[in-house]
Amino acid sequence: MEKHLSLPYLAVAAIAGAVFGFGLYVSQMVDPLKVLHFLDFKAIPTGGWDPSLAFVMGVGLVVMFVAIRVGNRLKQPLFATKFHQPAYTRIDARLILGAAIFGVGWGMSGICPGPAISLIAFWPPNIVIYLLALFVGSYGGSLAMSGGSEKRLAPAQ
Amino acid sequence: MEHFAPIPAAIGGALIGLSAAILWLGNGRIAGISGIFGQLLPAQSAVVWRLTFLAFLIGGTFLAAYIIPGLGVGGPSGQPAALVTAPSWFSAGTPVWIVVSGLLTGFGTKIGNGCTSGHGICGLARLSPRSFVAVGVFFVVAIATVTLTGVV
Repeated sequence: MEKHLSLPYLAVAAIAGAVFGFGLYVSQMVDPLKVLHFLDFKAIPTGGWDPSLAFVMGVGLVVMFVAIRVGNRLKQPLFATKFHQPAYTRIDARLILGAAIFGVGWGMSGICPGPAISLIAFWPPNIVIYLLALFVGSYGGSLAMSGGSEKRLAPAQ
Repeated sequence: MEHFAPIPAAIGGALIGLSAAILWLGNGRIAGISGIFGQLLPAQSAVVWRLTFLAFLIGGTFLAAYIIPGLGVGGPSGQPAALVTAPSWFSAGTPVWIVVSGLLTGFGTKIGNGCTSGHGICGLARLSPRSFVAVGVFFVVAIATVTLTGVV
């Protein structure tokens, strides 16, 4: 059987997903308004700015940094044959354009893909049209990149 | 410093980092939600773990709101979760605003290969130069977007 259909592999995906969702709620990053209050730098002089997001990312980053160091000492992950490092390392126009387009979308709503999925738990108005648009946009991105960009996508297997 | 809650932010951030660590050390995979979501098509066997991750992400959020109600949005005694309403100058209405936001986020994270989790947590932790550039760009643009649109 393929490794990524084995029970331990799927259990790891399940536990990681649940912990991620738990963390999004505890950090309150599931709340789009909370995220927008971080992005709203013009509120800094008036004292209305909320720096929480920087704490969330900073602490998450440190934990993952340690995990990367631990991983570097292992030959392979516990339940898979290799670490899937993105193979493409060039900083190109597509990376910058993509990040900028994402920045506009994120700034408009305060929603990035993780909280978008976790918001399903609360089923707020308009979440369905948001998720459909997210999916269509992502699919449109794959079409725009089709041809000669398999390396950049560096995904899947 | 309105609403600032450093302790929940730090604990929640540690959990998100722990999730990324589990997926990396267990399965050798990057916990990038736009990548996991954006690679559900074409359907292939690797879709199974991605769907599992996303389903438990929703479940984990729900469980947390149930166990710790009132921490933020969505819990039994918390504020109901809500998406933004469009700024008043945007005459096409809130649903159009939300759809445009979703389209741009889906398209941008696909061609830019990542979002706040994939580039922001995993990529920076791997010291990936691409992620440092991406994170810098999307934060600056998002801050400018909030300022220029006046959405809050």
